[in-house]
Amino acid sequence: MMALLQTVTVPHPSTLDPRGPAAAREAALWWGMLAVATVIFILVLYLLLRPLFRRPLDGDTTPGEAMPHDVQRRWLVWAGAVMPAAVLFAVFIATLFTLAAVRMPPRAGDLTIEVIGHRWWWEVRYPGRGVVTADELHIPVGRPVRIRLSSDDVIHSFWVPQLAGKTDLIPGQSNDSWIQASQAGTYYGKCGEYCGRQHAHMSFAVVAQAPGDFDQWLMREAAGAPAAGDSGAVVGQKVFRDRGCAFCHAVRGTPYHGDVGPDLTHVASRRLLAGGSFDNTRGMLAGWIANPDVMKPGTLMPAVEMPGDELQALVDYLQTLK
Amino acid sequence: MSTIEAGPGVEERLKTSWEPPETLYFQLASVDHKKIGKRYLITAFIFLLVGGVEALLMRMQLSRPENTLLTPEQYDQLFTMHGVTMIFWYAAPILSGFGNYLVPLFIGSRDMAFPRLNAFSYWTFLLSGIVLYTGAVIGLAPDGGWFAYTPLTGPAFSPGLNLDFYAISLLFLTISTTAGAINFIVTIFKMRCPGMSMSRMPLALWSTLTMSFAVVFGMPPLTAALVFLELERRWNFHFFDPLSGSPLLWQHLFWIFGHPWVYVVILPATGLVSMMLPTFCRRPIVGHTYIVLATIATGMAGFGVWVHHMFATGIPVLSTTFFSAASLTVSIPSGIQIFGWLATIWHAKRHVWRTPFYFIVGFIVLFVIGGFSGVMTAAIPADWQETDTYFVVAHLHYVLIGINLFPVMAAFYYWLPKMTGRMLDERLGRWNFWVMFTGMNIAFFPMHVVGMLGMTRRIYTYPAHLGWTWLNQVETVGGFIFAAGVLIFVANYFISRKNGVHAGPDPWQASSLEWSVSSPPPAWNFSVIPAVASREPLWDGTDLLAGGGGDQRVLSHQKKTLGTSVLDAVPDSVLHMPEDTLYPLGLSIALTVLFYGLVFKSALVFAIGLLATFAAIVGWLWPKPGELPE
Amino acid sequence: MSIDAAAAFPREPLPDRVKGARATGWWGMVWLICTEAMLFASYFASWIFLSETIRAFGEEGGRYPPLGLPSLMTVLLASSSIAAWWGEKGIEKGDQGRLRLGLAIAWLLGAAFIVCQVIEYSHKSLGPDSGAYHSLFYTITTTHGVHLAAGLLMGAVVQLRAWLGHFTRERHLAVQNTVLYLHFVDGVWMVIFLLVYVSPHFWRR
Repeated sequence: MMALLQTVTVPHPSTLDPRGPAAAREAALWWGMLAVATVIFILVLYLLLRPLFRRPLDGDTTPGEAMPHDVQRRWLVWAGAVMPAAVLFAVFIATLFTLAAVRMPPRAGDLTIEVIGHRWWWEVRYPGRGVVTADELHIPVGRPVRIRLSSDDVIHSFWVPQLAGKTDLIPGQSNDSWIQASQAGTYYGKCGEYCGRQHAHMSFAVVAQAPGDFDQWLMREAAGAPAAGDSGAVVGQKVFRDRGCAFCHAVRGTPYHGDVGPDLTHVASRRLLAGGSFDNTRGMLAGWIANPDVMKPGTLMPAVEMPGDELQALVDYLQTLK
Repeated sequence: MSTIEAGPGVEERLKTSWEPPETLYFQLASVDHKKIGKRYLITAFIFLLVGGVEALLMRMQLSRPENTLLTPEQYDQLFTMHGVTMIFWYAAPILSGFGNYLVPLFIGSRDMAFPRLNAFSYWTFLLSGIVLYTGAVIGLAPDGGWFAYTPLTGPAFSPGLNLDFYAISLLFLTISTTAGAINFIVTIFKMRCPGMSMSRMPLALWSTLTMSFAVVFGMPPLTAALVFLELERRWNFHFFDPLSGSPLLWQHLFWIFGHPWVYVVILPATGLVSMMLPTFCRRPIVGHTYIVLATIATGMAGFGVWVHHMFATGIPVLSTTFFSAASLTVSIPSGIQIFGWLATIWHAKRHVWRTPFYFIVGFIVLFVIGGFSGVMTAAIPADWQETDTYFVVAHLHYVLIGINLFPVMAAFYYWLPKMTGRMLDERLGRWNFWVMFTGMNIAFFPMHVVGMLGMTRRIYTYPAHLGWTWLNQVETVGGFIFAAGVLIFVANYFISRKNGVHAGPDPWQASSLEWSVSSPPPAWNFSVIPAVASREPLWDGTDLLAGGGGDQRVLSHQKKTLGTSVLDAVPDSVLHMPEDTLYPLGLSIALTVLFYGLVFKSALVFAIGLLATFAAIVGWLWPKPGELPE
Repeated sequence: MSIDAAAAFPREPLPDRVKGARATGWWGMVWLICTEAMLFASYFASWIFLSETIRAFGEEGGRYPPLGLPSLMTVLLASSSIAAWWGEKGIEKGDQGRLRLGLAIAWLLGAAFIVCQVIEYSHKSLGPDSGAYHSLFYTITTTHGVHLAAGLLMGAVVQLRAWLGHFTRERHLAVQNTVLYLHFVDGVWMVIFLLVYVSPHFWRR
């Protein structure tokens, strides 16, 4: 639990501080509706409070007659039905325009990223590029990127508040979304649909980079893992094999191809660990391997008993996977 | 025309027929709608307190980032139980409580159409709640959220008994709710006093009718979904699992039920407001007919908007657009109702500043805020940002607290004097209102903001650096203030129960029939079945006892009341009302055994429950002596 | 203002045992049927939704559901409804014998239907756990069967009461309600027959 006190280094994820065209249109619609709502709310408050602050007409409590019909019609039909209908019609038109702008899919040939939801982490694949990573999407700045969403277990929802609204990841079907960042930076992403015990710790980072940096990143990620060089890492790689890590985890460029947990080929270069639960530091990594259920109660990653020196060697090895 | 008088011996005869001795047997066997109504109110209020404690525990957990007060498992159980308790075991039953107590009094009848069924509804409501909380007591409370999305709640990902408690207790409850709704419909159709044609029905009857139809037609999709879920969990059927069925089937079925259910828990409350408001404005409600039409329109439109809960599921954009338009349209009937109340206040002859009126004014403010946040979620692109965040949590609490709990508080201050004979304390009542109103807004308004700042719902903790901490702390403080407001009401109830001013039959100088009888009313409600000539029978200056009918409006031999025609309330029959009986309680217990057998997978217990259920039904329906032709 | 409607009391005393739309019990049965109808409608909607969503929604190997036995079952239930209706008309004329005979025939035809359903189940090679199609097939038909069984239980009780002479020309609400319920259950079967058995023959590729 101590570990959870560590912070994950991504900025505030406000939907009202949009950094992409879709989120910007969505925020504009939201502000527009808020403005209309505020005006009508003030009108309603006036109609409600003004009579209440009037002095009583007389002390007489005998009931009065029903109001004449034209008064009733004025209030209920004109103010109660026609006025809201006009406002709602305007809201609907604004919705349609926003929808047309936001739903626009990227052009064919654009970059597509596959995101697969797992309890409770994100598998990220770049089809055709040989890149598989986790809890971190890299995208080129200023270009729309198609996100193909599916789930391995339960329903999740893909959400990067500053870039675009949510789209669900539903097992048995594939949904499309798209994101585009208008400036470089790291954006907070989160699972939006309750997905069980660790829904709270199912976040990810979206790293928007200049196109050149992005291409370099892709190239580096596509490569297999560097061979274990120094002696500590060689021992660590043995631990990785003998303690069963390889049953679940893959390290491309080695014989280990487990596909239950995240691909670890370049784990050392990632910002976050364990479904965005904490920063990827040596201490965190070691703690996570030794006591996953303490670090993230309910996690499906099993604790593997091993002596301290083996753990250190394993962490040495994983830290070489840059 | 002559006035009918309750002749000599009438009251005594009515007393013998209607008022049983105060023994335990007759408490358990009672079919009196007033007793049942009070039981509903007390039980539902206790569920409100329990759900409130669950909410406060969650607020404490969220008052600090990375808090470890609760484990994730406890938190998941708490938010599920909070939602299920409040939505199913508080919000609808509390209105059934008012309805049970008041509907026969509103319509000048001596009881509901099916008094035994009424008792049965109450017992199944109570016992199904006990089945639900059995799970919580043994540490296996449901933890899938109140809408329990599959496949998370299916056998693969929720193998424990937790979700079985959810599905089976809800199945049990639907029996209670459906029986209650049918009872309301038939009572309002067939038992209105002479003269109370459809056009003269008080507004609360329209909203109760609409609510009951929403239950009759809207509950079965939930039943179907729950049956599917249990078959899948228990017997390896496939409906929702992605390999063979479709996870979205659950969402469709649940929300076809779920949205009408929203109107089930708010429409009767708006109807109660429409009954109370004229009293405090000293003038009949403005726009009666329009409000009736708006109420019915809301109930019907509620069936056409379910997909707005599913905008992010990848449903084709054309159909989401349709549902977006439909959802926006739902606001129009709400607008009509709100402007009806505003107009009534605007054109008031004078304002009577008593506690119920405070709560009604507060209700209008909260209704408008909740309505606007609703419109903002009906706009699809905005909803993609808002859905499953605290913005939605704020919206639904403004709707449910604003349009359910605030009218309920007003109704307590207004009608408890009818039920107990004593007024609630006015000074405490104002404290009650201001503390609740302030606490409500401090607790829930910041949730709009924190939701837009990216905080999703149903997370047991959050990191410190996302900027949500101080807003969450404000919400927690507001939550406790709000809870203090609820406790002021509890205190007021107990203080006034002993020391309150005597109410007399008509403390508010109100217009409807319940105020024409003593407080509390006699077991038979009306010694002479009244006859009405307008929508405001106590304000129009006519004599309720005038008109024809003679002895047929007294009916003092045996338990009887008057049956009238559906549209015009023309007398067409004399209805024999059943005696107190243990069969309703017996049948409820038999069903409890049956459902426990289902939860705990015991074929023997189930079979015992089934046989007992069958025996109880036959015993119940078998004609009693005197019901047979001579 | 005059108390207009109160003056509408008829000259003769109001009846104190009524049937049909005057009786609260009849209205209770009507709304019970409505809510039950919505339950079946939810099942049917699920059937249509899944058949649109799932590629392999249907009998094993793309076969058409057999129509022979279900057609016979349809005839059984239709005749059962007619017999119940005939018996009910009998008691409306005060004819006890016709009531008893009609109810008995209706009951036997209903029971024969359930026997046929058991035979039909025994001929199916796949159980409800074999996929969404069979899960829904068994859920729909069994729910209907259980409703019919409930109707037959009611029918048995009413039959017993008919022999005890509980019913007269004026007083037979229990008969009316039971027959109404049987008509409803039979009507639901007609929809099941068309949707589950017949429609695949037209829709399936």
